[in-house]
Amino acid sequence: MTRSDPTRRSLLAAAGGLGLSVSFLGRAAFADDGLAKKNLITIVARGGMDGLSVSPPVGDPDYASLRGRIAIPAGEALPLDSTFGLHPALAGVHALALKGQARIAPAIASPDRARSHFEAQDVLESGGAKVYGTASGFLNRALTAAGGRRVEALSVGATAPLILRGPVQTASWSPGPTGEGSPRLPGILADLYAGDPLLGPALASGLATEAMAATAQGGMPAMAPPTPGQPSGAGVQGFIRQGQAVARSLGKTVAGFMTQANGPQIVAVSVDGWDTHANQGAAQGQLATRLLYLDALITGLNEGLGEAWRDTVVVVATEFGRTARVNGTGGTDHGTGSTALLLGGSLKRGGIIGDWPTLRADALFEARDTRPTLDMRGLFKGVLADHLGLDRAALDAAVFPDSAGVRAVEGLI
Amino acid sequence: MASSNDLTAAIAVTRFGLGARPGEIAEVTADPGRWLSSQIRPAEGAEQPQQDPELASTRIKAFRVYQVDRRMARDGGETPADRDPVQIAARMLREGTAVDFLARARLAATTKQGFRERWALFWANHFTVSAVKLITATVAGPFEQEAIRPRVFGRFEDLLVASSAHPAMLLYLDQAQSVGPRSQAAAFLRRRPMPGIGGGLNENLAREILELHTVGVDAGYSQEDVTEFARALTGWSVGGQREVADQQGEYVFRANIHEPGARTVMGKTYKADDVGQAAAILKDLAAHPKTARHISWKIARHFVADDPPPSLAARIEAAWIASGGHLTRVAEALISAPEAWDPAPRKLKTPYEFLISSWRAIGGQPGAIEHISPPLRSMGMQAFSPPSPKGWSDEAVTWAAPDAIIKRMTWAEGFSAIVAGELDTNATAAAALGPRLTEPVRLAVARAESRQEALSILLMSPEFQRR
Repeated sequence: MTRSDPTRRSLLAAAGGLGLSVSFLGRAAFADDGLAKKNLITIVARGGMDGLSVSPPVGDPDYASLRGRIAIPAGEALPLDSTFGLHPALAGVHALALKGQARIAPAIASPDRARSHFEAQDVLESGGAKVYGTASGFLNRALTAAGGRRVEALSVGATAPLILRGPVQTASWSPGPTGEGSPRLPGILADLYAGDPLLGPALASGLATEAMAATAQGGMPAMAPPTPGQPSGAGVQGFIRQGQAVARSLGKTVAGFMTQANGPQIVAVSVDGWDTHANQGAAQGQLATRLLYLDALITGLNEGLGEAWRDTVVVVATEFGRTARVNGTGGTDHGTGSTALLLGGSLKRGGIIGDWPTLRADALFEARDTRPTLDMRGLFKGVLADHLGLDRAALDAAVFPDSAGVRAVEGLI
Repeated sequence: MASSNDLTAAIAVTRFGLGARPGEIAEVTADPGRWLSSQIRPAEGAEQPQQDPELASTRIKAFRVYQVDRRMARDGGETPADRDPVQIAARMLREGTAVDFLARARLAATTKQGFRERWALFWANHFTVSAVKLITATVAGPFEQEAIRPRVFGRFEDLLVASSAHPAMLLYLDQAQSVGPRSQAAAFLRRRPMPGIGGGLNENLAREILELHTVGVDAGYSQEDVTEFARALTGWSVGGQREVADQQGEYVFRANIHEPGARTVMGKTYKADDVGQAAAILKDLAAHPKTARHISWKIARHFVADDPPPSLAARIEAAWIASGGHLTRVAEALISAPEAWDPAPRKLKTPYEFLISSWRAIGGQPGAIEHISPPLRSMGMQAFSPPSPKGWSDEAVTWAAPDAIIKRMTWAEGFSAIVAGELDTNATAAAALGPRLTEPVRLAVARAESRQEALSILLMSPEFQRR
């Protein structure tokens, strides 16, 4: 984001009848019931994040031998308990864990077992019991289930993730240039899009978010993904530092949206690049770099939210985990159970979420993957019920269809 | 077909092609069907963006040299100033990937055979090689040029084999290093382990061929089928620095890492036959009826509607089955299907289609990579970089996020500020959309305050955003 153009934006509301004041009414509408302050941030790690590296079970007797050269050495993992540590790249998450503000669910999975990225992401984000069971995202349905209350949601990224897609129009935003063109154009387009069910609502929401972004970013410099050729420091390490800085400032910007008076309460962020079939590395390497970025993003959110962190829950979830054994190419193939991270200032202190099935040969799922002991829907149900106050019946039927048999995880918040 | 030839021509050029250049709809009006069918060239395939391009093997060889330098730098050794790995990586992207992408965009912006190019882009996306790694960034362009474009009107089986055996695909989906656990090389490595060299299977390519390139995820195959296919594919690799010169960077079959023995995939047993084993599996996958169904539906969705008429997909599928997967017959079935000519435009253009059609509308073309790469990235479609092996999404819901529409508007304004100059924007609008131009948009363009605003309105109009 570069400079803002208040002239154009103030004209927008009048010219296009876009209802800027309506789009972000959220918090003000139910400020009196305490739930208006609650924030939920979902980070979808796409590609199959390797749970056994995110929260390595260094105390599990089979871990080191299964993992071979990609095992995180026990001495380098950041300790959580006698079995688990965190990857050394997750220093920010670890600091939160020490304060009781971060927990792991180390053997969690969606109900999908096909090991296909696309199927598994569909099931994770739609909240369905099976693939293509439902066409909208469960967070979108959660907005409806919030009943008479109006809850605003925002996705971060240039394309719309399934998790927030659906009948309720949600906002989206990504870093990048926005313009200062003709002050008339948005109004003219709004007229031309008046009968257009796709472009009309998208434009209106986009303009409202654009205005908000100017405030959210304050005086921060324009952000762009790191581009080869413009390193901020020397060599590869320079790129990594630059990537961390971008991720951290992205986190702060997203926090800036959420802390505005009518800002979104529900935010979805996608982080790509977890499909580590080859050369994933151990304490350092390809996966470690991704985790550094994830840690920086979370740190930025934490810093940017400030006081509001107390009322925030962050869930980091992935579509599936990876094989327990290292494969032939120093990586891991598509697996089943993985780790979800749960963070936030209002978490109850506690150990791991769900049971640890161990990595014993007879405990592995289909003799190759971490066996899931917890359904991802149960984790989200627990968060949506206890943190956002959603009705349990709605969670069992509408938000997660046909899921009455999947119990909400209790006592997280 | 639609009632008037004018409208038919406008649909031909915008829905099946890449958008109209000035005068193009008028030229096509004489015979829109002939205009399309004459672009189907079984012998030549698609047009090539570059006439004498750098080969994938050349790029891979250069990358191997870079890898050695990078390892030296990482180990604290000294690299000569002119071989700084970061600089070299930047140069590979600038002089390789960027050149390839710009050439491809310029071809798309200027070709008189828009359908032929769209058809090539469909297949390049079907067999995605994404620039997510530096090595694949340098070979994504050559892959399209060498494996895909020559074969897009030939037999699907040939396209599948060419894609699966191309070094770019073998590197992108990690096949090149996959080692049969009972191969000679694995036995050797067990006796004498070597640091950094594994000795096992990688099932990435096998899974994506089944799931994405051929039968589709609901075809009923199991994890064991994936693993068996992966075992059969071991040995399909890329020549390295120890190979003789003319094999470096090329496809090689390595018998010593191939898993010995017969394999069973989807109920059929394939005898041990070195490279022939996986080739036989590919042949059967290409001929599988689920492949015909899966891809026919994808073609209908790509060209006509996110939710295409089942009868359209069925027509394409019938042509596929009857011809044994001959893509000339498949393309003919698409363009001759009445369902494909419904006047209502139901596809939102992808960012690439939007940018290219904008240049076509003004009779221009991108002059530098900076004209096309940053806007594509901001709209979520970074050059040569689909987010996964599934390729770019073909659904409006992906591309019509509120932020993406703002990014389109911002780009349209900037573009118009530069190019609107002395343009007769009323004529531009008429020529770009022909009878598809609606009265409200025609009026809004005519009443704009400036040429810049007029062109922005045209480019952002609902009918220009769709095809």
